[in-house]
Amino acid sequence: MFCGKIIPVGGRFVDIFDKLKILTDAAKFDVACTSSGVDKSASPGGIGNAAACGICHSFAADGRCISLLKVLMTNVCVFDCKYCVNRRSNDTRRAMFTPRELAELTIQFYRRNYIEGLFLSSGVIKNPDYTCEQMTEALRILREDYGFSGYIHAKAIPGADPALISRLGFLADRMSVNIELPSQNSLELLAPDKSKHSILKPMGYIKNRISENSADLVRYRHAPRFAPAGQSTQMIIGATPETDFHILNLSENLYKKYGLKRVFFSAYIPVAENTLLPARDTKPPLLREHRLYQADWLLRFYGFSAGELLDEQHQNFDPVMDPKCNWALNHLELFPMEINRASYEELLRVPGIGVRSAKRIVRARRDGSLDFTVLKRLGVVLKRAQYFIVCGGRAAQGLRISHDSVLRSLLSERELNLYNFNRYPESEPEQLSLFGNSLNAQEELQKCLTGEM
Amino acid sequence: MPDGGNVAYYYDGSFDGMLCCVFESYAAKEIPDEILPPEALQATFLPAKAIVTDKMKAERVRKSIPEKMGAQAYDFIRHAFLTNIDGKEYRLLLFIRLGFKHGPKVMRMISEDAVYTLLKAVRHLNNESHLLKGFIRFSAFHGALVAEIEPKNIVLPLLAKHFRERFPGERFIIFDRTNDMALIYEPYRHRIIPASGVELPEPDEAEQKIRELWKLFYNTIEVEGRYNPKCRMSHMPKHYWKYMTEFETPGKPSPCRAGTLKNPSGLSLPAASEDNSEDNF
Ligand code: SF4
Repeated sequence: MFCGKIIPVGGRFVDIFDKLKILTDAAKFDVACTSSGVDKSASPGGIGNAAACGICHSFAADGRCISLLKVLMTNVCVFDCKYCVNRRSNDTRRAMFTPRELAELTIQFYRRNYIEGLFLSSGVIKNPDYTCEQMTEALRILREDYGFSGYIHAKAIPGADPALISRLGFLADRMSVNIELPSQNSLELLAPDKSKHSILKPMGYIKNRISENSADLVRYRHAPRFAPAGQSTQMIIGATPETDFHILNLSENLYKKYGLKRVFFSAYIPVAENTLLPARDTKPPLLREHRLYQADWLLRFYGFSAGELLDEQHQNFDPVMDPKCNWALNHLELFPMEINRASYEELLRVPGIGVRSAKRIVRARRDGSLDFTVLKRLGVVLKRAQYFIVCGGRAAQGLRISHDSVLRSLLSERELNLYNFNRYPESEPEQLSLFGNSLNAQEELQKCLTGEM
Repeated sequence: MPDGGNVAYYYDGSFDGMLCCVFESYAAKEIPDEILPPEALQATFLPAKAIVTDKMKAERVRKSIPEKMGAQAYDFIRHAFLTNIDGKEYRLLLFIRLGFKHGPKVMRMISEDAVYTLLKAVRHLNNESHLLKGFIRFSAFHGALVAEIEPKNIVLPLLAKHFRERFPGERFIIFDRTNDMALIYEPYRHRIIPASGVELPEPDEAEQKIRELWKLFYNTIEVEGRYNPKCRMSHMPKHYWKYMTEFETPGKPSPCRAGTLKNPSGLSLPAASEDNSEDNF
């Protein structure tokens, strides 16, 4: 049994510091960091609230938001997924939290405002059911014994009994099942214990519970809530040969079929020497990950479909240009757009106009027609947008709109961006980012709040 | 619009006082060149007119604002008054005059500099208070939670509701070192009071242990292959780091200095001090 207060590992005893180190180290490759999607305040006598917009409590030295205490229940695992640090065959130190010490740690961190809540995942110890029970007990202590209303994201363990997953879902705000690898083929090769089916089954189950629950909530206002912040998933980018086109289509389908709230992408960082995987010194494809997040944003908030951004002939995103600019340059016949007349949906397609500025434009132009000065004050990024818009029939001063002039103006940014990417450990061709500067990357990648593009 | 009167107003620095400046501007049919809080009086070369805060006058202006330009504009004005931009009172006067003239539409008149500058300032205020909801660090002393911040704007009124909902059963204090104020909460009420010079005690062993665990977590969660300090800095500018546990130097707790506040949980709410708290914030 691993649930004693101190467990022997590798011939020595592990204290809470060791456990925290081991179980954080093992959890950190999961990228989901958000605490968003649900609004609530503490119940009487309890502790904890949640803000729908999400709150970042710190940023790690890698620039990623820290919102939740992200740890594993245990990094012991009976499975042997080749891309994973916790795989059975890996020679690494193992540890396990007891449900109570994990709950206590969460509360102590929460009281000091270090975190917004808990993100609990786990390796599979003994079997999926046992693992799920341990996680459920930690969450039960938090919710029932401490009256904790803060944010909890729990990973469903594929293969666990639906009744156990259901129990977990009533305690958590968000649930996720990771797709991990973007195709059945890659799964078979690298995760011999998993299959597309074993992953999609709990995902479908969670989806059904969420929709049943919302029906219950209509009937009984006080019905317990099942994963009120919805369901998300994650896939690893760059460990296997799937193209961006494949990945984006898969994401689109997951949003549609499973009603997912988010699909996260995680640039693969080599953790094992294996001929099936990229070599150990391969740099994580961060720019590619960034482009996928930008495209994901376009699917979720900008009314784009995957097929508009990529197709059979163009299977991967241009490292030089963000997907929205790329789309616009290939559809110059739709531009320039008249700012004072274009619909909200059309405005969203203009590079340099985001969701917020499009809404502001629609509201502001009711009071009179807009000019470039006002557009700037509304938050439009004119540097980009000016090539694609006119105000009252007039273009920004001194502009000629052609594929050429746009590209030429972009080239002037080249040095700046090369400089920006100097510290970005990217491979050579990926350094030529013209539109996407690092600020952009941060906004969409790490902050996990609604971004603009 | 009446001419600038080549005159400066000075007032007591309160919100009501500012409203009385608005009243005076209409009564005297003039627009002062400056409106100065008491501490800035020496800085002007203009003839200065002292505006006495009169509850009745303030009330008349206060009532007419939502009537003429909507509740949203009134809310905006309250927020703008908490910002730290230069000459906020003067800009507020111009904003309010525009509002009386144009009605609720004033909120969207961003081609007017007074409106746009205040809009930006309020965005900065909201942004700062949103970030602080995450970056504030509490320490537990004798069962009470204590934090320090050095904000650029006056954020405590905006933080009160959030932390009340987060810790309804706790007692907590947030010291604002910039503005010498403190937000004090005990179940189930809060106050914002003037407070300066209160120093915090050294952490006890239990508190120190939790801090060390947090630092361990913070340093472990980073993925080395993605090291990107510039990105961290842009999300979490350095001036926030001063009171954050994760940046304490090892063995030397920086957020807290040895001091006089022996038992903060013994601090109770003063009965009759001025209540700045605004539940509608
Ligand atoms: S089941 Fe999960 S923890 Fe275990 S090896 Fe596979 S990916 Fe890693």
